[in-house]
Amino acid sequence: MTQNHNHILVAHKVSKRFGGLQALTDLDIAVAFHAIHSVIGPNGAGKTTFFNCITGFYKPEEGEILFRGQPIQGMPPDRVAGLGIARTYQNIRLFANVTVLENVLVGMHRRLHTGWFGAVLRTPAARREERNAVKEAMELLRFVELADKADYIAKNLPYGEQRRLEIARALAGKPDLLLLDEPTAGMNPKETEDTMALIQRLREDMGITILLIEHDMRVVMNISDIITVLDFGKKIAEGDPLAIRTNPQVIEAYLGRGAAAGRDYGAKTTAAVEG
Amino acid sequence: MKPRPFRLLDAIRWGVYGGIAVTLIALIGMVHAFSKKGIVADRIMMSHVLVFGLIVAVAYLTSTRALATKRRLAVPAGIVAGSIVALFPALLGLLITQINLRAVFLNASPELADLLLPGEENNILSALQLVLLGSAFGLAVGLLALVPARLRRSLVSAGVGVILLGLLQAVFVVIIPDSWRQFLYKANGLSPNGAIALFIALSILDYGWLRGRPLTQQRIAQLPARQRRALRMVVTLVMLGLLAILPQLLGPFLSEVADTIGIYIIMGMGLNIVVGFAGLLDLGYVAFFAIGAYTMAVLTTPELPVVRNVIPQLNFWEALPFALLISFISGVLLGIPVLKTRGDYLAIITLGFGEIIRLLVLSDALKPILGGAQGITGVARPRIGEITAVNPQQFFYPILVGILIAWFITARLKISRLGRSWMAIREDEDVAAAMGINLVGYKLMAFATGATLAGLGGALFGSKLGSMVPASFNVLVSINVLALLIVGGMGSLPGVIVGAIALIGLPELLREFSEFRWWVYGIVLVAMMIFKPEGLWPEATRLRELHEAEAFAPVETAEETETAAVPA
Amino acid sequence: MLARLRREFDIADIALYAIGAVLVISIIYGSYVTITSEKYTSAQWVNFVLFGLAQGGIYALIALGYTMVYGILGMINFAHGDFFMMGSFAAFFVSAALAQAGFLETNPFLSVALMMVVAMTVSATIAVLAERIAYRPLRRAPRLVPLITAIGVSYFLQYTARGLFGSGVKAFPNIPAFSGAWQIGAIAVQKTQVAVFVVTAFLLVFLYFLIQRTKVGRAIRSVAEDKDAAALMGVDVDRTIAITFLIGGTMAGAAGVMYGIVFRQASFIMGFIPGLKAFTSAVLGGIGNITGAVLGGLTLGIVESVGPSLFLDGLGIPAPHQLKDAIAFTVLVLILIFRPTGILGERLAKRA
Repeated sequence: MTQNHNHILVAHKVSKRFGGLQALTDLDIAVAFHAIHSVIGPNGAGKTTFFNCITGFYKPEEGEILFRGQPIQGMPPDRVAGLGIARTYQNIRLFANVTVLENVLVGMHRRLHTGWFGAVLRTPAARREERNAVKEAMELLRFVELADKADYIAKNLPYGEQRRLEIARALAGKPDLLLLDEPTAGMNPKETEDTMALIQRLREDMGITILLIEHDMRVVMNISDIITVLDFGKKIAEGDPLAIRTNPQVIEAYLGRGAAAGRDYGAKTTAAVEG
Repeated sequence: MKPRPFRLLDAIRWGVYGGIAVTLIALIGMVHAFSKKGIVADRIMMSHVLVFGLIVAVAYLTSTRALATKRRLAVPAGIVAGSIVALFPALLGLLITQINLRAVFLNASPELADLLLPGEENNILSALQLVLLGSAFGLAVGLLALVPARLRRSLVSAGVGVILLGLLQAVFVVIIPDSWRQFLYKANGLSPNGAIALFIALSILDYGWLRGRPLTQQRIAQLPARQRRALRMVVTLVMLGLLAILPQLLGPFLSEVADTIGIYIIMGMGLNIVVGFAGLLDLGYVAFFAIGAYTMAVLTTPELPVVRNVIPQLNFWEALPFALLISFISGVLLGIPVLKTRGDYLAIITLGFGEIIRLLVLSDALKPILGGAQGITGVARPRIGEITAVNPQQFFYPILVGILIAWFITARLKISRLGRSWMAIREDEDVAAAMGINLVGYKLMAFATGATLAGLGGALFGSKLGSMVPASFNVLVSINVLALLIVGGMGSLPGVIVGAIALIGLPELLREFSEFRWWVYGIVLVAMMIFKPEGLWPEATRLRELHEAEAFAPVETAEETETAAVPA
Repeated sequence: MLARLRREFDIADIALYAIGAVLVISIIYGSYVTITSEKYTSAQWVNFVLFGLAQGGIYALIALGYTMVYGILGMINFAHGDFFMMGSFAAFFVSAALAQAGFLETNPFLSVALMMVVAMTVSATIAVLAERIAYRPLRRAPRLVPLITAIGVSYFLQYTARGLFGSGVKAFPNIPAFSGAWQIGAIAVQKTQVAVFVVTAFLLVFLYFLIQRTKVGRAIRSVAEDKDAAALMGVDVDRTIAITFLIGGTMAGAAGVMYGIVFRQASFIMGFIPGLKAFTSAVLGGIGNITGAVLGGLTLGIVESVGPSLFLDGLGIPAPHQLKDAIAFTVLVLILIFRPTGILGERLAKRA
């Protein structure tokens, strides 16, 4: 398909069921290279489920997911990660009881190669690799402004810093595609702005494609190139921010049928959609 | 949040708990078993320590609890608690004289009554005497509670120290110079003067020096890195030197104990990788121990004609690599099917495997190659040149080498990419996979490394014994190793040594105690999980995390509050 | 196709399926050899099955405790087999006293009833105490911690029993009313086996009504489903959990009595292997599922009884009955690897 040349990730007719619950139905999403592509929708719409299908945590019943043209649906998570896909989590899942630095070093796993013998014998290659890894990890921490807390135990960090650490950890693997699951949840406006700037820098400076789940509409509208809207596991709209803002189906999904029918909610509607 | 105010009812409640504990200890036979073991020669036996120790402990707990909220109740609390605890053995003793409980409780003999009740006769008077003694001890403890905290704790530590020095007489008499020995010890226990002298010395020691230990640790941490490294190297060299001459210092009996501790340290290191690093609860660890031991035995014994026809008899050094290799392969083979299951199921599966191996080794079906129920004799011993390691003192050295290798491997792995991957698997498996860590592969590596180390321990064990029976390879071994890891601190290397000395050494040194070791293990496991899950020598990260947690959110504990306690 | 296989499966899965295939083929082959060689008469097979059912009934009773506790707390109560052991000891002492008084001979049914009451009470009490002292403080701890604690409780109970009652094996007095067998054609049905069937059936029916039709049962099912939601609905979670342990302990006590009647012995380590096998039964049927526990228990009992003769013998293994336990453990391992959800699937109180 011609799509493969412009799109780093293509999901084609993806369906996922849990017992009686249909979480995703016939989902078609194409993520362009170097794009910031947002996925939005009311709670329970299937956004995180979609992420889990991409990362291999779930196996979709139907459909296929192509990463750089290669099918990855059903692939075990570690192999998916090895291809260059990284993610963060809705409820932060750091390795709570170890240091900030160690968290980032784990993120680097797929790019390091020291094995059992290298570790025990501490060969020059192993030592070099470890040194470079630590150096690079510290650079990443500087990038997210956590370098001075490298030795802190992760669970003792305040919330906002934990989120930044999770991003640093995800970046450590030098991914081509980064899945961010509600990165600004629980943040105040200043932190949200900083995070938005960070995400844009990821795309500008590092060329990473971002796939973003977000509830904060300011963030979505401000930084997204394309927005896909899900509701009850189905795609109900897709387009650039302006198109989505005025799409009646989207408004209906968020606010109910009355709003979509055009009754004048005026400022309320705009405010709701824009967060 | 302030704890709720202390009431005398609490003292009664604790007294009852303590009383039940004393009754249980008496009925399972511990009092009787310890009645011959002297702490202060022929005056205070361990059985007294058990009963009165519990009285004192409960009274102490109660009084200090009272201190936190209602200071003036400290002494009455002590008296109440002490009396009630003493009431139980008093009643038990009386009951024994009246009814024959022996049909049910084997140990409820007239002898027990003699041990419990003071004086010559066992009647109501002596029972009353016991209760009064309890009150007296309770009073003393209550008064002790009022003493300032630091001094009080030193006195308590000194008391415990004296008891330990009495209990572990067998160890200390060997180590200390003769002149000291004659002053401090008699045939069965400490001399009275010795006990008093030690008590005073230990109190001063604890009060002055040991309380300053955190300070020393801090000061060491603040030294420049080069000096720290130099210090570490000096300490390591001194320790190695000590270890080299240890068998000579200890003599044959204690060397035997040290050997056993050593083998369990090797196994502990191995299981530490599986449980402590990777978080896989392996309850069938004894299987690999058995495989290592049996491989060594089968390859080196002159018996078993069926095997000897196919494989020539090897010596220790030739057989050792095979033992390690086969343990490794078993680890991989047993691991592959098993490592995809979740935590608690993994524990049961490995337990099942351990049992299957034991049954196979015991069976008649495999008797021609594994020796069946009779086992195998004539296992080879390590030989270098003219010297064969036959006695415990000689065998110490191969075991020491084994420990050093195990420590080396474990320490290096822990700080490597491999160790980090295991940590990730332990902390959050799904996220670890999302980082690109192949779960099955890395779990297998942990499993196989652990298995190989167990095999090493087993090979040394089999060789040391010279002959083995299947009965030595049961689930208790696995539990033993797990318990010592928990006591020492999972994931911590020095913790393994602490745990091994505590759980393997102590029962060997206290013969009277070894019958009850499993009972104590059970209690220790539960207590550790509830009160100190990080172990007695936790790994550095844990200490740091406790430290930082305090820095971020200082919390007042009830004990620390006593200095600011509201005067009632 | 091949690509999909390569994508989704790794070497561990392949190894697993290979092992499974080898085992299945060996079992079929061994069974075939045994049956065609006609080494055992059909009467003997029936005997094996009956014995297996009786043993399975005991496993089922113990398994109920495992499955209920797992359903409600998500933990494997390693010490449950030792609740069974304590009940058996209690039954022993009662029976010994009754035998001495001559009561056992004259009133066998009343005696057994008395043994049941005492044993069930003892086991239940110990179960509730264990929960209160050792498990409740650790309810929010990571998974491995309660498991290790349970191991500690198990050893504590075992060696308390050893200390209190001695390390020897206690022999239950013979109950004349229950000795011997009834003949049906060529088949001899032991009276003790019948006793086990009757008692187990009765207790299971009772349990069914308890779980499905009473308020207490509803509370248990709701806490098993979702602890926090149940608490919000006003269910006293602590009390419900305690009651679950109580019920499990009671069943274990009953099993202790049955074991004493059938096998006529009690010792301090008697809880370990039956405990493991009962856990196997619970998982076999689907952990958390009460009907499953029963089904699993009976199945395991039969497999264990029939197995050695059926396929081990056919494979030419000498003294196959020594490996009876090994078969049970192999079943355990296989189930946990291939179908951890069990035959009927995991759940507590499915509407059967």
